[in-house]
Amino acid sequence: MNDIWQGLAQAARLIVARDADLIEIATLSLQVSLGATLVASLIGLPLGAWLAINRFRVRRVVIATMNALMGLPPVVVGLFVYVLFSRSGPFGVLGLLFTPTAMVIAQVIIITPIVASISHQAIRDLWADYHDLLISLNASRTQRIKALLWDGRRALMTASLAGFGRAIGEVGAIMIVGGNIDHATRVLTTAIALETGKGEFGMALALGFVLIALAVLVNLTVHFLSRTERGSRW
Amino acid sequence: MMLKSLALLAAMALGTAASAEEMKMAVTTSFANSGLAEVLLPEIEKDTGITVQLLVVGTGQALTLGAAGDVDAVLVHSRAAEDKWLAEGNGTHRREIMYNDFVIVGPSTDPAGTKTATNATDAFKAIAAAQAPFVSRGDDSGTHKMEQALWKTAGIEPVGDWYRSVGQGMGAALNTAAGMNAYILADRASWLNFGNKADLAIDFQGDPALFNQYAYLPVNPEKYPHVKAELVEKLEDWLVSDKAKGLIEGYKIAGQQLFVFNAQPE
Repeated sequence: MNDIWQGLAQAARLIVARDADLIEIATLSLQVSLGATLVASLIGLPLGAWLAINRFRVRRVVIATMNALMGLPPVVVGLFVYVLFSRSGPFGVLGLLFTPTAMVIAQVIIITPIVASISHQAIRDLWADYHDLLISLNASRTQRIKALLWDGRRALMTASLAGFGRAIGEVGAIMIVGGNIDHATRVLTTAIALETGKGEFGMALALGFVLIALAVLVNLTVHFLSRTERGSRW
Repeated sequence: MMLKSLALLAAMALGTAASAEEMKMAVTTSFANSGLAEVLLPEIEKDTGITVQLLVVGTGQALTLGAAGDVDAVLVHSRAAEDKWLAEGNGTHRREIMYNDFVIVGPSTDPAGTKTATNATDAFKAIAAAQAPFVSRGDDSGTHKMEQALWKTAGIEPVGDWYRSVGQGMGAALNTAAGMNAYILADRASWLNFGNKADLAIDFQGDPALFNQYAYLPVNPEKYPHVKAELVEKLEDWLVSDKAKGLIEGYKIAGQQLFVFNAQPE
């Protein structure tokens, strides 16, 4: 229990002093996780919508697979990306291993199924309501997806934020493909793992509190910018 | 949107690849946890202009990273594994830099009576005889290999409820030992630097069998032409220099010298 108070005090000290190392790793955490969320949303949101309004033979299999992939162990994804991007692997010539780019790639693989599954669920419900209208308007497939994505934007925001939440708290994959290199690929979660390994629980908890604060801040900002949960609007 | 995100990715990739004087070295957790790296790296950068990016992993993983060409050099401590790695053509040579030693950490009350043991093997025998809880790294690291060698010398196959293999780094394993109040083999540097000692203390130390030799092994540029052989050589010259000797031997925690420099001139 004592460690927790120490952690809180330490977190406050680091923030007040604008600790240079803390700012560096927190910034990289945000860059990597937001980058991964952006890419995963660009893939996952349209994919979820497309799966919701199209009927094809293996649709159920695809959806079930996508749902199952939400539970992918990050360590396995990390290892997979490592093997692909290792110098002795197929994409080794790119020299991307142990760079933030490799970390973004790993996180995109982890969170795209989450974004796609949640958006699929939301769009499917919306599609049930809009089906007759959009068909009678003779809307094209692209127009249907666009209309559904726009009108379902609040639910889709939740899908993206769920992806972001998984990304910013993830450590297993980025530890392997990023390597936790000081001043290069160290982010909040890998720094927490490092401090825990050193037995510095106070510092580890302090970084944990900063991580939580950052996640809350990002969510608040998104809600504020999109003006949800205000007044009579839903 | 798409263009923006691609530009972001490209910027990230460029940002890390821009500087030419960077090299990657895989080192063991025990070396990094000792805190010596934080003393040496800034001096290396000042003297040679090389930014050494450290990948802190176990000896097993460090050698694997080197064998895959993902780092330019490795600094590890497990002779047999290093020789095998060199024989497979992964590196150019092996250069001894320094050594520190292992200690047997355990409950301060020493229930197995290791404090009176004459050597490390006897201490291990005492732990096994008392069935006292023992935490093993179990991660194929240099420390784990040393532990296995000691069990072998003692003629004991460590199995049973008292023997807990955790498959973690030095710090995590020490945390487990602190939580269970168990015995554990640790390198002195990691132990002195460890922040969560709980009721543990050094119960046995000083046997020459516990010496822990660190060696520097450059990755073979014939196998991987992209390795920065020139920087690797510059770093080696610095690591065996008198300046490095002074810094390594002058590094103390709680008044104790941790490493003994023993690099031989070529």
